[in-house]
Amino acid sequence: MRATLYHVSRRQLLAGGAALGLGLRPFRGWAQKPAVKLAFIGPLTGGTASNGLGGRNSFQLALRERNADPKAKYRYEAEILDDECKPTVAVQAALKASSDPAVIAGVTHYCSVTAIATVDTYHKAGMPAMVWGAVLPEITYGHKHVEITRVNGTMINQNNVAADFAVKTLGFKTFALVHDTTDYGRAHAKWFSQFVEKAGGKILSSQGTAKDQKDYAAELTRAKADKPEVLWYGGLTPDGVRVRVQMEKLGFRAQFQGTSGIKSDTFNETAGPSAEGTLAFVEGAPTEKLPGGKKFLAAYAKAGFPEPSEAYGPFAYVAANLVIDAIEAVGPDRAKVAARLKRTKKQDTIIGPVEFDEYGQNTVPLISKYVSQDGKWVLWEDSEYASGKRTLPGLKYKKM
Amino acid sequence: MPPLELLFQQALNGLMLGVMYALIAVGFTLFFGVLDVIHFSHGDIYMLGAFAGLSVLTGLAAAGAGTPAVALPVAFAASIVITGLIGVAAERVCVKPLARSSPLMTLLATLSLGLVIRESVLIFYPRGADPKPFPWLLPQGAFDVGGVVIRYDNLAILAIGLAAMVAVDRIINRTRMGAAIRAVAQDPEAAQMMGVNLDRTVDATFFLGSGLAAVAGILSGLYYSEIHFIMGVTGGVIGFSAAAIGGLGNVYGAILGGLLFGLVQTMAAALIPRGSEFRDVVAFAVVLLFLVARPSGILGAKSVERV
Repeated sequence: MRATLYHVSRRQLLAGGAALGLGLRPFRGWAQKPAVKLAFIGPLTGGTASNGLGGRNSFQLALRERNADPKAKYRYEAEILDDECKPTVAVQAALKASSDPAVIAGVTHYCSVTAIATVDTYHKAGMPAMVWGAVLPEITYGHKHVEITRVNGTMINQNNVAADFAVKTLGFKTFALVHDTTDYGRAHAKWFSQFVEKAGGKILSSQGTAKDQKDYAAELTRAKADKPEVLWYGGLTPDGVRVRVQMEKLGFRAQFQGTSGIKSDTFNETAGPSAEGTLAFVEGAPTEKLPGGKKFLAAYAKAGFPEPSEAYGPFAYVAANLVIDAIEAVGPDRAKVAARLKRTKKQDTIIGPVEFDEYGQNTVPLISKYVSQDGKWVLWEDSEYASGKRTLPGLKYKKM
Repeated sequence: MPPLELLFQQALNGLMLGVMYALIAVGFTLFFGVLDVIHFSHGDIYMLGAFAGLSVLTGLAAAGAGTPAVALPVAFAASIVITGLIGVAAERVCVKPLARSSPLMTLLATLSLGLVIRESVLIFYPRGADPKPFPWLLPQGAFDVGGVVIRYDNLAILAIGLAAMVAVDRIINRTRMGAAIRAVAQDPEAAQMMGVNLDRTVDATFFLGSGLAAVAGILSGLYYSEIHFIMGVTGGVIGFSAAAIGGLGNVYGAILGGLLFGLVQTMAAALIPRGSEFRDVVAFAVVLLFLVARPSGILGAKSVERV
């Protein structure tokens, strides 16, 4: 019995070999595809690492999906680099990626300070770089480099919505501004001030602070003396947490409002109960409400990444797909890919149609308003603050 | 708020900062006094103290012993012991083997150790990259004195800081180990000839200095309600600057330097137009002034002993 079971005739052997050969064909074909390297650069360590890791995973998801597609002409490999949200580190990462001829394009930067610092590096190297998270306008509007495109919106739209919402919808009139003195913080303060005044509000004070400053007691004591209705902070999560918590410790009774830089799960986790009622404004919509958001989230969950995709993960995913589409269309040539990307018009993506203006800026800005509710960021329209079940802290203080 | 009240309020803010700086500065000054060593990983030891304190508090809370009256003394004691022992180990690894080398070697070794400590917390502490919330264990109310708001938790932090400083003073001036530390600081060879055990004295100095950094780390957590793995970088630079202003090697000078640094930083932010952007510029300009005009620091020249 055993002997007959293992007896293989010559015909069977040939048939089996042929079947095996046929079965392996798609695999062999995949292995023979030319490899194309794409760089991902973002903050993988430091205070904004949660956003960077979400972006990196989303980027990797796009590459995995394309590599699984038998129609893809190339096999995509990832070069993952950490910019630590620091300009000097970012320039080193940009130099490393752009000096490798195998890297055809990059999906680059969450922090504005790093994106603006590296623009010229990509331009000099002729490497297409699509920004996936940074919001400083100058990153795209400060030059006409063909290599630079950005899939998310800018802080101009963000601050327009933020100021109008605070003044016209919520009825706040007086604001004290604290911002970090990076390009990100300064530019946010500039645009927010302009739009607040246009909306009829008044800026009582504006103070710049160092990034990673630990103690804000002096600045907050000074701002508190003017009795503003809103304390607005322009900066990133770790500093935003400190400002919010120290504000509470000083008994500074005002609405706390931040920018997209504080909209991370870490803000709620670290600030704890002090986070309740904080406002933040972000480009795009919550992932699940994006046109292809549910599909993206399902694929992301299936991929088994340990970290959440965070607010800007879908943008990194879309940026990777746009770059890959361009390479599939024109081949792995930096100059041709850059030119192709710059001409992107009405491209259908999971965040909706993407269209770049002459500066490479996506012209479909959508800004979402968020409020921190029970330790989570909730879309304003879906929150109990909007429905009237709860009252924002700043509105409570106004009545006192 | 009237200008005078605002000024007092800012002075109180500066005092809070100064107390924490002073505790770090005392460590720097002790190490320099005894071994002529500038221990540049001391800032990261301060960070470790905060993380050790948080870990103990988290463990106690999980065990159902998270009430402030129990948790805080245990956290302080445990963190002082853990951080003190790490400080001793740091001396054994980075200072003692290089005793006959150039001071630059010790400086480089301690700088490198600081980096190792920092990156280890980043990698091995759960989600070490993120800021960590520190429990609000001190009473949170406040009262008003002539328009100046004084918080209970600030008073508690000042009291703990002051108690730590008094304890250091007592240890140095009233105990045999303190006498040994003073003797070694004055003349190590003569001290050994008089029967002082040099190794044990150095260990005690590093334990004491690092333990104080642990107290500063926990106070920082209690004051800001948040700690971060990079907090030691700034803490270390400021602590060392404060020790230099006060007069390296003089404990009381370090305390004075810490308080002065905190006040200068706060007042610069509060009183100068756009001062917040220049608070560190002003504070470190004061350090430069001292280095140029009075290199021995405020109390450096007046001190007969170096501790």
